[in-house]
Amino acid sequence: MTMRYSFGGDEHVFVEVDEAMSLEAFFKSLSITTAVRAADIKGVTEICPANASFQIKFDPDQIAPDDLVTELKQLESAADTAEARLQTRIVEIPVYYQDPWTHETLMRFRDRHQDPNATDIEYAASINGYDSVEAFIAAHSGAPWFVSMVGFVSGLPFLYQMVERARQIQVPKYLRPRTDTPKLTVGYGGCFSCVYSVRGAGGYQMFGITPMPIFDPKQEIGYLQDFMVFFRPGDIVKWKPIDRETYDAAVADVEAGRFAPRMAEVTFDLNEFNADIDAYNAKLEGALQ
Amino acid sequence: MTIKVIHPGLATTIQDLGRPGYYHLGIPMSGAMDRLSLMSANLLVGNEEGAACLEAVFLGPQLQFTRDAIVAVTGAELPPKLDGDPRPTWTSFPVKAGQTLAFDYLRSGARAYIAVAGGIDTPPMLGSRSTYAIGALGGIEGRAIQPGDDLPVGEGGGKEGLSVPKALRRGPGSPVELRVIPGLYWHRIQETSQKSFFDDTWTVAPECDRMGYRFRGGTALDFVERDQPFGAGSDPSNITDACYPYGSIQVPGGTEPIILHRDAVSGGGYFMLGTVISADMDLIGQMQPNMPTRFLKVDMDAALTARHDRQRLVERLRAELA
Repeated sequence: MTMRYSFGGDEHVFVEVDEAMSLEAFFKSLSITTAVRAADIKGVTEICPANASFQIKFDPDQIAPDDLVTELKQLESAADTAEARLQTRIVEIPVYYQDPWTHETLMRFRDRHQDPNATDIEYAASINGYDSVEAFIAAHSGAPWFVSMVGFVSGLPFLYQMVERARQIQVPKYLRPRTDTPKLTVGYGGCFSCVYSVRGAGGYQMFGITPMPIFDPKQEIGYLQDFMVFFRPGDIVKWKPIDRETYDAAVADVEAGRFAPRMAEVTFDLNEFNADIDAYNAKLEGALQ
Repeated sequence: MTIKVIHPGLATTIQDLGRPGYYHLGIPMSGAMDRLSLMSANLLVGNEEGAACLEAVFLGPQLQFTRDAIVAVTGAELPPKLDGDPRPTWTSFPVKAGQTLAFDYLRSGARAYIAVAGGIDTPPMLGSRSTYAIGALGGIEGRAIQPGDDLPVGEGGGKEGLSVPKALRRGPGSPVELRVIPGLYWHRIQETSQKSFFDDTWTVAPECDRMGYRFRGGTALDFVERDQPFGAGSDPSNITDACYPYGSIQVPGGTEPIILHRDAVSGGGYFMLGTVISADMDLIGQMQPNMPTRFLKVDMDAALTARHDRQRLVERLRAELA
C-alpha cells in the first residue's frame, strides 16, 4: 500500500491509502483517522474515513496546509504499528430479495442498464458465475460484511464482504445513474453492498429491500432515538433473507415501535480473521444466537 | 410574528451558514450557496451574519407579513416589490403588517437572499436551520417552503436605508472564471486532457442545483490507461468509492464536469480532477444555465491569497454595516 496525499482545494487533505479495496486498507484508514481524532489537531474541522482512503477538512487560517500534511504523516507511522483490532457490533439485517418495489424501479430504468433483458440480480448472478439467483443470494447473505464507509447520503453504509478476494462479488454501476431508488434498497456497485437510507438517485444494482430503517431525522424509532444515523464504520452486518410475509410483519413492527434489530457486541481482530476466515465468521455470527 | 407564504417561488428554502460536523455520516454542510450575499442580507437588517434567511432560486416568493419588519434582499438581481411598489436590492427597507412582498423577474444572478430582522426562527437541527431536502433536515419539515406555510421570525430591530456599496458586492463576470487547484485524481487523465480542461470554455448545463453544477461543451477527457483497481468498477472514471471534497469536480465517464456544492453527496465512486478554491464557491451559486465558464489553474498560495481577499471583503462589509 502506498499512501498518496493530495489537497482538495484549500480546505481538504485527501489521502488514498490504496487504489484497491481491501480490509487492510480499510483498517489503515480507520486507525489513522482514529489517531487524527485523538490528536485533536488545531484547525481540523471534519474527519471522514472512507473505504480505502480518508479526508480531513481543515481551516487553513488555523493550520498551514503543508503543516497539516506533516502532522498526518507522523500519525501514519504510529498507525502502522497499531493492532488491527476493533470493539464493534454485529447486526442482523433482514433483506427481502427480489421485492416488487425495486423490481418496478429497475424495470423503469432498463434503458440505463448493461443487460436490459435481465433484472439487476439476474445480471449480477450471471456475470459472477452463479447458476441461479438463489445461489447468488446464498453467497451474498452467506458471509458477513464490514461497514467500510458511511456517506453518499445521510447514513448510507458502504459494506465490504468478509471473504477472500476470489469469492467476492463485483458488479458495475448502472451505465447512467437512475434518478430514483426506493428507500432502504439493498444495492451493489464495484465490490460494495449498500443500503440506500433515503429515496433518491443511485447507480448501484438493486437486489432487494430491508424493512429496517437506518436513518430517522425525527428520531422517533426506538433504536434511532440516541442518534438519527444507525451505522458507524467498523459495524459488521449479516444479511438475513426473508419472504414477503416476514417483510410485511417487520414493517408493521417498525410502525408500531416494536422492531429492534438483533445485534451483539463483538471484537474483530484482522489477523485472527485472516488466519481462518470461515471459522472466524462463524464465531462472529455465533454472537447473534 | 410569522410570515405567511402566499406563493413559494420555484424552490425557496430556509438557509443559514450550514451544518458542518456530520460529513463523515453523509450529512452535507448545506447552507447558503452564496454565503457572502446571505451575510450581507443579515447585516443589512441587524441580524447575526449567519442568521437564517430565505434562499430563492430564479423566481421570488410572495410573502405576507403579520407585523412590521425590516427586510433586505441581496444576491441575485431579483427586484422586490412591496404591495406592487418597487424596492431596491442590497438595501434595507421597512415592511408594515399586512403588506405583501413579491418580486419582479430575475435580472441577473440566480439566488436571492431575503433577510428579515430577527431571522427565520424554525427549529435548528444538528446546529443549523438550513434545509437539506434529501435528508429531511432543517427548514419546515425538511422541505422547500409551500403555500400556506407560516414562517416564524425571531425578535429583531434593524434600521431602514442601510445599503451595501457596489464595490462590496461580488458576482460572477462573463465568462465566469472559477479558480481550481488540480489534484485528487488529476493523474488519471492524459496530459492533453489536463490542458484542454483549462483551455476550453464550458457552459453551465440545465442540471445545476444545490447538489452540484454540471458543465458541457468542452472536450471529453481521455484517461491514462490502467487495469482498474479491485473494487472500483470497470469504467476508467470509476474509483474505489471515496470522500468527495466540497467544491471538487468529478467527471463521470469523462464527459461532463460536475462541481459538488452545499447539498452534494459526501462520497462515491467517480474520480475528481481537482477542487474549486473556497473563495470562488459563492460565485457558483449565482450562475445561470448556459453561462460560459472558464476554469483557471491556480496553486495553494494563490488560493490562500484569494481566501484572505475574501475575508477582507467580509471585514469591510461588517465595518460598513455596523
